[in-house]
Parts: sequence; structure tokens; C-alpha cells
Amino acid sequence: MPTWAEVVFLVCAVGFILALKGLSGPRTARTGNLVGAGAAVVACVVPFFYADLDNVALILVAIAVGTVIGAVGAQRVQMTQMPQMVALFNGVGGGAAALVALLELEHFADAAAVGVDVDAAYLVATAFTILVGAVSFSGSVITFAKLQDLMTSRPVVFPGLPFAFGGAFLAGLVVSGVVVDEPVMWAGIVLAVLGLALGVLLVLPVGGADVPIVISLLNAFTGLTVAAGGYVLQNTVLLVAGTLVGASGTFLTLLMARAMGRSVSNILFGALKGGSTLGAGEASDRPVRSAGPDDVAILLGYAEKVIVVPGYGLAVAQAQHTLRELVEVLLARGTEVDYAIHPVAGRMPGHMNVLLAEAQVPYEQLKEMDDINGEFRQTDVVLVVGANDVVNPAARTTPSAPIYGMPILDVDQARQVVFLKRSMRPGFAGIENELLFEPTTTLLFGDAKDTLGKLLAATKAL
Amino acid sequence: MSNDVTWLTYFVLSVFVGIEVIAKVSSTLHTPLMSGANAIHGIILLGAILVAGDADGFALVVALVAIVLAAINMVGGFVVTDRMLQMFTRKPAAKRPVEGGGA
Repeated sequence: MPTWAEVVFLVCAVGFILALKGLSGPRTARTGNLVGAGAAVVACVVPFFYADLDNVALILVAIAVGTVIGAVGAQRVQMTQMPQMVALFNGVGGGAAALVALLELEHFADAAAVGVDVDAAYLVATAFTILVGAVSFSGSVITFAKLQDLMTSRPVVFPGLPFAFGGAFLAGLVVSGVVVDEPVMWAGIVLAVLGLALGVLLVLPVGGADVPIVISLLNAFTGLTVAAGGYVLQNTVLLVAGTLVGASGTFLTLLMARAMGRSVSNILFGALKGGSTLGAGEASDRPVRSAGPDDVAILLGYAEKVIVVPGYGLAVAQAQHTLRELVEVLLARGTEVDYAIHPVAGRMPGHMNVLLAEAQVPYEQLKEMDDINGEFRQTDVVLVVGANDVVNPAARTTPSAPIYGMPILDVDQARQVVFLKRSMRPGFAGIENELLFEPTTTLLFGDAKDTLGKLLAATKAL
Repeated sequence: MSNDVTWLTYFVLSVFVGIEVIAKVSSTLHTPLMSGANAIHGIILLGAILVAGDADGFALVVALVAIVLAAINMVGGFVVTDRMLQMFTRKPAAKRPVEGGGA
């Protein structure tokens, strides 16, 4: 590789560092992302000038196809469906890394066949990339299916699952050993298949509410496979970029898990231990107090302090704009109104902020959980729109609940709580919410957008 | 220093840098950060290009599939991250919604 190319790769690696740095601050985030994109494009252009590539026309066509699919997919996706889109992008990246490693294995196999001694470290890295890249691919596909409601979001567990997982894991180690001992193609393919199976078995038992953390973890996995692939190809920018993502992704996974009060091992293996499956005994035909939009409008209109707790149901109904209008009417009446944003409101940490920002809710009205939890006690009415798990007191009181230990918004301390709900169906985590049956709770049933529209009209008419 | 130790050095230093640069991220930015990091590992496209430039027959087909997948990861990842972050930028003159006029 010529020196100039290595220098350009160094510049790109620095670009990725600056991109991550930028992405972690609100003011610099967009620039950071653009810097990362620029570095990635430059790095991919470089080999055309030094590497003496064959098949250039075909390569360019393949890049064009991928670019169009990626760009159109990213433009078309609804903001509410963005988490599963990220999962899918991550999965194809892992798949690409596994394919690259399989092709490198073929080179090593050819070299070994003519008696060349291949460095064992290369073979370890190759086996790692094939196995973990395949895990990332199939695991991401399952997370996509869970979030897209193509399959149940509840933990899927069957009796032999721990043994199937353990068996596939051991087999993966053994076959990796075969690859390192002697690079042969069949072993690489077996390794890829085992990786696919492991990815499925890893994600199936994860409950819906924990899926975002798994996306983040698989993201870190893909980063590490890219790093290992970079070592195999002896390419510094791949190694550095992959390692950066692997390290920051692992750290981010831990941060997210902490924000939800969960440990990563509990998320992955909790359902296997049987601890987190739910007491399904409670039927939801217990009496609740429900009211119409007019009653709730009066409640809101004459309250001094209102806190709105938006959840994923709000986003699904595309009701952010109607909610913002309602809040503006209340503010105009002199009511104090804030939005309480749980760290994992929506489907991912920070997802709700994105959705409300899209609806042009002023940033200052969004309060983070730790800042607002002390205020519920002095709040007249809390309006919970399409949220459930993040206000479920079971997280504090019921050790057997799958969300036990997750920090929640202390909505139950407010004087009145109004839930806007489509039905009595439990939330994403699949557990009953005791708060719904409290005497201070009022339920307003209906589609969030429709109901908020009626509520808005009734409040304006006060 | 042997070649492999040099690579190990790159790896270990990158681990520390990767953790250090995002250590202070607020939970608001977790999702865009994850998405941006996701786009960065789309750089495997570079690896796929290098492999495809040296392949023929069935291997070339596999390499081209890898290029398509990696390009989806990279381009889609950066575009979707940018879309998310656009939501955070303040509009120069936030247009007021139409007031009054009960429905």
C-alpha cells in the first residue's frame, strides 16, 4: 500500500473519532454525523486509486445498488419505525463482514493447499468474524421481526433452549478450532450456519422492552467483527473504525441498560432462568374508572400544574402534533405544563425526544426523568398518552415483574392520573399496570389522535 | 515490535478512545449515537471492495453481495442518523401554529 493511501486512511480514522465525539453532544451531533459520512466515503474511494482492482464496473454497480436501497429505505422509514431500521442496517453490516471473512478464508485455504503456512492469528480473527458477523445478522433480523410486529414481542422460550444455545456455542468454538488448525472452506460455512442459529437463539428469549439494548449490543458485535476483518485484511482504517464502534457500542449498551435498571446478562438470559416470565393470572376485567373527553377537559382546564407523559402509543397514532396543540391551549390558559420523558420512552433511549422534536415541541418543555420525578407530588393532573410500562409501579413493588428495578416516572404520586389508552391491553413488556385500577386514575379510551382531537376541542370550548 | 503487536496496540488504543469519546453522552442522544456508530461500521464496504477487486466466479458474486449489504449499512445508516438529528436543530423562525378558531 502506498504511503499516501495509509496517510489518507489515518485521516479517515481520525474522522471517525471526531464523528463519535460530535455525535455525543447535542450541538455538534449533526456535524459529527456528516464528518463520519465524509470519512467513510473518502476511505472507500481510496482503493480505486492504488489497489489495482479488477471488476471495477461490477463493484460500482453493486455500490450503486446498495446506496439506492439504503438511502431510499432511510428516507422512507417512519420515525416511529426507526429502531427496527437501525437493527436492519446493523444486521446487513454484520452479514457483509461475515461474507468478506468467508472469502478471505478461501484465500487462506488456497494458500494452505500449496503448503504456505498461514499465521494462526489471522485464522482466529477470520473465524471470529464469520461466527459473530452471522450472529449479528440473524440476531438483527429477529429484533427487526419483533419490533415490526412480524412475530410476538414477548420472550420466546422453549424447554431445550438453553441446551440448544449452549450446544451451538460449543460447536462454534470447536469448528473455530478446526478453522484455525487448518483453513478449510466447509468449516467456514458450518461456522456461518452455527452463527446464524446462535443469533436466533440469543434474541428469541429477549422480551420486547429490552430489544433496543440488544440492538445496541449487536451493533457493538458488528463493530468488533469489522475490526477483526480489518486485521485479516491488514487494513488500519477498518480495524480502528470497527474497534471504535465495538468499544463505544459496548459502553453505550451498558449505559442504556443502566438507564433501564437492568443488567445485560439479565436481559439476555433472564427469560431462560424463568425468573422474568409473568404471573398471567390477573385478568383485565377488573373495574376501572373511565370518563369522556369533556370530563377530562375540565380536569385539565382547571388544573394548575399538568405533566404529560408521552409513550410509544402516541407515536403509533401519529398524535404528537395534536398533543402539542393541546398543550399550547393549556399554556395559553395559564396552566403549567411539562412533558416528562422517560429515558426509554418510545422504543429506544431518546426515541421520544426525536418524535416530539419532529412535532416542534420546544426542547425546554421536555424534562428528563430525574429532573421531574420530584414534581409529581405537586402535580394536579398527569396525562399519560400511550405509555404504560414506564409508569408501572410494579417496577418498584413487584420483584417478580420483568420490569422490576427499572426506574419509572412516579406518576402514582400525582393527585389525578388520566390514561389515554386504546384498550386494557398491557404494555410492551406484557404486564398488568396496577395504577390503572387506583381510585385516582381515570381512563379515556380510544385512538390517541382521535381522543386528543376531541380533548383539544373540548378544552378550547371551556 | 512484531507486526502482530503493532496491530494489538492499534486495537487497545482504539478501545480506550472509543469509550472515552462518548463517555459524556446524554440519554437524549443515545439513539442517534447508536445509529451513527452503526453507520460507521458500514466501512466494511471498504473491505468488501478490496475483496471483490481480487475475486472471480462464485467468489465474485459473494463479494458483490457483500458490497451491496455493506453499502446499505453505510449509506442508510448515515442518512437515517441525519434525519433523526435534523429533528433536533432549531428552525430559524419557528412558525406559530394557527391560534384560536375553535373547531
